[in-house]
Amino acid sequence: MQVMTDLFARIFGDGLSSLGLLVAGGLTMALIMALVMASCAIVFTWAERKVAGFIQSRYGPMRVGRWHGVLQPVADMVKILGKEDIVPRDADKPLFMLAPFVIFVGSLMAWAAIPFAPGFIAADLDLGLFYIFAVSSAATIGILMAGWASNNKWSLYGAARGAAQAVSYEIPLALACIPVVMITGSLNMNDIVIAQQGGIWRWHFLHDPFLFVAFLLYFVASIAEVNRGPFDLPETESELVAGYHTEYTGMRFAFFFLAEYANLFLVSCVATAVFLGGWQPLFGPVFLPGLVFVIKAVLLVLLQMWLRWTLPRLRVDQLMHVCWKVMVPLALVCVLGAGIWMLATGQAG
Amino acid sequence: MNGKVHGYGGRMTLGERLYLGEILRGLGITIRHVIRNLLHTGEMPTVQYPEERRAYSERFRGRHRLMKREDGTPRCVACMMCSTACPADCIHIVAEEHSDPAIEKAPASFEIDLLRCVYCGLCEEACPCDAIRMDTGIYDLAADRREKFLVDKEFLLNNTTDGTR
Repeated sequence: MQVMTDLFARIFGDGLSSLGLLVAGGLTMALIMALVMASCAIVFTWAERKVAGFIQSRYGPMRVGRWHGVLQPVADMVKILGKEDIVPRDADKPLFMLAPFVIFVGSLMAWAAIPFAPGFIAADLDLGLFYIFAVSSAATIGILMAGWASNNKWSLYGAARGAAQAVSYEIPLALACIPVVMITGSLNMNDIVIAQQGGIWRWHFLHDPFLFVAFLLYFVASIAEVNRGPFDLPETESELVAGYHTEYTGMRFAFFFLAEYANLFLVSCVATAVFLGGWQPLFGPVFLPGLVFVIKAVLLVLLQMWLRWTLPRLRVDQLMHVCWKVMVPLALVCVLGAGIWMLATGQAG
Repeated sequence: MNGKVHGYGGRMTLGERLYLGEILRGLGITIRHVIRNLLHTGEMPTVQYPEERRAYSERFRGRHRLMKREDGTPRCVACMMCSTACPADCIHIVAEEHSDPAIEKAPASFEIDLLRCVYCGLCEEACPCDAIRMDTGIYDLAADRREKFLVDKEFLLNNTTDGTR
């Protein structure tokens, strides 16, 4: 936001009051973030289908846009814009109409605290990490709304599973980040990234063995958090048709889709900022920070796609077992271990 | 998850129960596929269908064609052998007198209902003068109305063997 307000101050000089600068800067940042989200969905739907194709020895989309179907997402978007917006007769209409936007807004709000580059952060909050976890869990309400309002057994099952899964996996997700907060002594996303300055060995996931495990825990929990394979139980097509968004069509369905891919990129961005050094390059001085950040996050997204098309889906009881009996205790051990490590190496202050 | 895995024939080893090693093995298999497919993209089994077609055997029975004499008239003598042999009853012939007295009959109309046809090839085998063949290699039938599948003598005479229409 600082970057934007400075930019507007330079363009308009004294023509804008400080409030005007704040509003103009905020709106521009919001617009950029919304564009980032939209382009996520566009790029990643294509990438996902290509990754899936090449893993399964097929081509994936090949028709639209000359080279390997690069314009397929555009064609899909035009198609989905032309679709009828159907609301089931027995649905709870206001809730049904609202749910996709609740999920979308929950995900858009979390983008505010992602530090893409030095100074390029929509809201430089002191509680940034905490804010991201708090806001992104609002999406669970949207999932429940969609499932309940659809008045459909598959939607309801999907929503119940989605809520149970999101609430459970938020715990290891947040616990895995606590060691990093202990080391940095701050919840501010900028501070967390700046603390990792000085090459790959200073990145948090290589700080000590406990943090490496914490990174793995965060990564696994984040896949579950965004409902993707092998944890895609809320939308298992083989048993629940499409889960909580079974009854949705047209643009409302597109919003669920958009939010799914935006969340996918969001958790990867958080992992990048918290564990993988944010905009810091592998070695040497800071170089093209925004690009470095996006490359790291995109690599994590590709890793998630690779996992999705490799692993079979878990059963519901296995899902809960992994979370409560394996990941939560392990995350607590990581917190304890990281604390002891800090005491032993004299970093505790 | 109480240690018993149904249909597995015993307990899993500790390594298997940790999953991480098995997950890495799985990831290794899929990335091998990706790398091989990226390096040899053209060798993937997918065929880009309308532009690229798979070669069929010489014996493949596709859409029918009627053979011509030297002078371009149909070789068919309207003997009705094919329509009699046809198990799907899809060939309808109306006979007329041929202008050449040496030839007894000729088809006034020769219609095949391609939607009824089961592509068994009995008409080819029944034909005494090799007038009907199924060697065009055309296998894709598409039209927007059922009537268009009822093909006439002119259509069948102009079918060629190179798979084009």
